[in-house]
Amino acid sequence: MTIVTDEQAREFAAALYEARRSRAPIAPFTDALPDLGMPDGYAIQQHLVQHLLDDGESIIGYKLGLTSTPMQRLLGVDSPDFGPVFASTVYRDGAELPVDRFIAPRMEGEIGVILGKDLSGPDCTPAQALDATAGLVAALEIVDSRIADWRIKLADTVADLASNGAIALSSLVVPVDGFDPRLLGMVFTKNGEVVATGAGAAALGDPIAAVAWLANTLAPMGVTLPAGSVIMTGALHAMVPVAPGDVFRAEFDRLGPITIRMAREGE
Amino acid sequence: MSLPKDQIARTLIEAARTRTAVHPLTDDYPDLDPATAYEVQDAVVNARVEGGARIIGAKLGLTSVAKQKQMNVSEPLYGWLTDDMQLDTGQTLVCSDYIQPRCEPEIAFLLGEDLAGPQVLAAHVLAATELVFPAIDVLDSRFAGYKFTGSDVIADNSSCAGFVFGGQGTDPRGIDLRLVGCAFEKNGELVATAAGAAVLGHPAASVAWMIRRMAERGQGMKAGQIVMAGALTEAVAVAPGDTVVARFDRLGSVELPCR
Repeated sequence: MTIVTDEQAREFAAALYEARRSRAPIAPFTDALPDLGMPDGYAIQQHLVQHLLDDGESIIGYKLGLTSTPMQRLLGVDSPDFGPVFASTVYRDGAELPVDRFIAPRMEGEIGVILGKDLSGPDCTPAQALDATAGLVAALEIVDSRIADWRIKLADTVADLASNGAIALSSLVVPVDGFDPRLLGMVFTKNGEVVATGAGAAALGDPIAAVAWLANTLAPMGVTLPAGSVIMTGALHAMVPVAPGDVFRAEFDRLGPITIRMAREGE
Repeated sequence: MSLPKDQIARTLIEAARTRTAVHPLTDDYPDLDPATAYEVQDAVVNARVEGGARIIGAKLGLTSVAKQKQMNVSEPLYGWLTDDMQLDTGQTLVCSDYIQPRCEPEIAFLLGEDLAGPQVLAAHVLAATELVFPAIDVLDSRFAGYKFTGSDVIADNSSCAGFVFGGQGTDPRGIDLRLVGCAFEKNGELVATAAGAAVLGHPAASVAWMIRRMAERGQGMKAGQIVMAGALTEAVAVAPGDTVVARFDRLGSVELPCR
């Protein structure tokens, strides 16, 4: 059940749209309406997505957020959330990212799942998700918040495209064959220094089960995940602060590395 | 620095025997430095050996930079494993045998050759290693509530108390242990995930650091001995009824039920 009226949802979506455009963050919606919940967040998100599609954006996949127990506890929720990933926000291995694209960016290493077949719920099992998986890719997600100082509650981050900023993907797509994605190890470095390690199980217990969760969650909205979609399955470690000039690298066993650099101001 | 090392060693051994925690040594000896603390450790280990225990290996502690910062120390530490600490694969941890047991997942090395000297690198460690195993380290600080300084822990033989290996040994050649993933569970719930790089960038580099540090003190490791390379995640407290499991990519898994 939503608390926001459709008119309010449109208004809030317009505020986020403007914050994205101007890079001027806004106060959390939950300041004024503390009872807003997940359904309200998605109602606002839908209007924001429509704005961006009207601008010519296209959806190439989804990201999952709140996939770890500590993050879910922090936001008082027992499920993940999701947001679309737009084509204009996808970078390749070795890319330099313009800092002026973000407000308060943070970096996360993740496993990306590339679908080789269409996938839809409502009764999608992890086995079906695995069958639809073409392979896994080393990925980085730049999370960002259009809400000032990341002072987010659940409805705020859901509305704000699950705090997605951009993603970077390796071009090496590795089929899941003879290994367990839950145990896939990752070493995350910032400017050459190891700042975190993790394994696939950090993403909702299993990155493939996370994809099934997404397919089932999208089903009531009539959305099928088309072949070729990328699903960012969730951070394998706590998010890391980002400054201009920083170089981030997530190196995965079996998948190889993905490296990006944040440009300095004016570059 | 002069202090009654043998008396302190007896106090620590008695604390372990009676399962009664004591207060940190640095309460009484605030100037206890790491060098002297290792001499106390020698006294503790020697007394245990005189009591019939046999040295079978060593372990590293504080191998993550985060933990070192938390403890206000600038390097890892090591301690000695004795045969009375070992649990065999499939055995149960009896919690009442310990004061305040905690478990953590590690990668363990079984040495096929002697390993000693000030110039040992990760490559030498790998060359001297027969097999690597998934392992669970059982810590048990003899200091109440794990409240201690780095020097206290060194003197307390780096909280060494127990360990168990998984049932599968793997040749480390051809595996990049740095990238090997690990999922650590307690009672079926995920506690944390990690990869081998969590210990000093590479588990073999961690062992190599220890060998070099030992060389400064005239110590080294022998063929057939084991080395626990350091915790990949935070330690979890265990109580009767708990089961901890560490699953590793490429290396298999290890499980420790507690009663």
